[in-house]
Amino acid sequence: MTVDVPLEVFAAPVLPEILPPPRRRGWLGGFLLRHPGMAAGIALLSIMLVIAVFAPLLATVDPTALAPVRRLRPPSAHYWFGTDMLGRDIYSRVMYGARVSLTVGFAVAALASATGTLIGLLAGFVRWSDALIMRVMDGVMSIPPILLAIALMALTRGSVQNVIIAITISEIPRVARLVRGVVLSLREQPYVEAAIACGTRLPTIIWRHILPNTLAPLTVQATYICASAMITEAILSFIGAGTPPTIPSWGNIMAEGRALWQIKPFIVFFPAVFLSLTVLAVNLVGDGLRDALDPRLAKRL
Amino acid sequence: MLVYALRRVLATIPVMAVVALFVFSLLYFAPGDPAAIIAGDQATPEQIAHIRASLGLDRPFLVRFGEWSWHILHGDLGTSIFTNLPVSHMIAQRLEPTFSLMLLTLILSLVVAIPMGVVAAWRQGSWIDRLIMVVAVFGFSTPVFVIGYLLAYVFALQLDWLPVQGYTPIAEGFWPFLQSLILPAVTLGGIYIALIARITRASMLEVLSQDYVRTARAKGLGERAVLFVHALKNAAVPIVTVAGLGVALLIGGAVVTESVFAIPGLGRLTVDAILRRDYPVIQGVVLLFSFVYVLVNLLVDLLYSLFDPRIRY
Repeated sequence: MTVDVPLEVFAAPVLPEILPPPRRRGWLGGFLLRHPGMAAGIALLSIMLVIAVFAPLLATVDPTALAPVRRLRPPSAHYWFGTDMLGRDIYSRVMYGARVSLTVGFAVAALASATGTLIGLLAGFVRWSDALIMRVMDGVMSIPPILLAIALMALTRGSVQNVIIAITISEIPRVARLVRGVVLSLREQPYVEAAIACGTRLPTIIWRHILPNTLAPLTVQATYICASAMITEAILSFIGAGTPPTIPSWGNIMAEGRALWQIKPFIVFFPAVFLSLTVLAVNLVGDGLRDALDPRLAKRL
Repeated sequence: MLVYALRRVLATIPVMAVVALFVFSLLYFAPGDPAAIIAGDQATPEQIAHIRASLGLDRPFLVRFGEWSWHILHGDLGTSIFTNLPVSHMIAQRLEPTFSLMLLTLILSLVVAIPMGVVAAWRQGSWIDRLIMVVAVFGFSTPVFVIGYLLAYVFALQLDWLPVQGYTPIAEGFWPFLQSLILPAVTLGGIYIALIARITRASMLEVLSQDYVRTARAKGLGERAVLFVHALKNAAVPIVTVAGLGVALLIGGAVVTESVFAIPGLGRLTVDAILRRDYPVIQGVVLLFSFVYVLVNLLVDLLYSLFDPRIRY
């Protein structure tokens, strides 16, 4: 891009009224240029994904290896992020921690979207079940999500799988309400009524006419769920109700650094920065998707 | 209006019933058999069964749920497994710090966030709008404890302006009380401010394009009057709604904030109860917070007609 600008200038310097030749760019490239926030979000998220996938290759050592001799070393050329009170390498722990956060975020977003969509479709199409389902959803929604996840975690052992289930349950009602709302408004649309009048069967109507219309708001919602799930996971681990201490997750590293944060702030600092950046990346992508998929809303928000 | 209010109050009953059922199931399905624990290691199965029968633990789920609800309605939240104190008593002791923190955060957030949103909408597209929205995205993405540690590190450890941790009850003087809550309130407010600023901006943008705003300007009203009297009042309904729903974030965040700043409130109680698997206490806290949350949103619903007299029920 920087290369072809001078060429244009030299080619037609005296004819300013002639429009410059349209820049040839893929629609994706153009979109990202118009939405720098989303481009930054995608870039950041890609970096985190690379870190999570290739954690063993990024000059890390075993993140759980204890070495009491060299505990609480400040960040240095050898221990980039320092070591914790058990002598474990914080850099390696943070790199491996990306796996837990991203797994939890994506898994919760996918599971909550899928389950919530099913429940929302059920409530929207099976009228007698609607009142019952929505009362239950209202009830679940009136328990603050973090408390709900905490309460569920109190019932089970701490494991990544249980954390995912607990957060998913607290996020399902939001999706179910969204999908139900879309279904209820689409049911009245002439094209859906026409499809019904043609004798189209219900599964086909759902698949061909309803689901494609839920996709846009659902994708945006799923991104926000992903971001909030990663925060909730870190909070659960931070207060000791999340992933077991043996697994290096960002929340766990911070929980362990908590007692020493006044004298050794670097233990809390590095996982905190990575967590915030990842959540920021997901939120930026979510905002970009919202702008792209709902231009009417984009102008307002 | 009165009929609507009554209907709205009645509508919270099924919601709270679902919450209660959920919270009760929590104890019902909790691992560990209370009868076996009371009987001790040496007990025979017959003795355990006897204790279970005497405690009424062998009765059907719904019967026990009914009895438990009856106790709850009379303010009896059960007894803590760990301290053997009544849960209602333990909660009452912790109410002051948590509700002071949440109230202060609420006031602070609204005072900061609403002008932010109004200014952003007023100067839509300008650098100040972009700056405010960027701050809002960051506020939304930074976990509560990260903000907490950052603020405590700068303002308490480095600058030594405010206490690092701890809580001073209001009975020991208003100023020390306020001092101990400033950092926690700003911490807890971060995400809430971001949320309210965004919805205020969105709602204001909608209103500012209306004809009566142009009329207000045309008849020579000052910008401040146009923005804060005419526009903001009409933009209030979505803002109040989101502020009400956002209380869930405050409740969840309070649990974490109290841990970071060592405030002896309900959040600490929750965290301690989890580490000890003290199910009656967890039950009590979840029930109380959910009740407060439902109540806040009930209030919000009833406030609508105050902000917008066109809303009639």
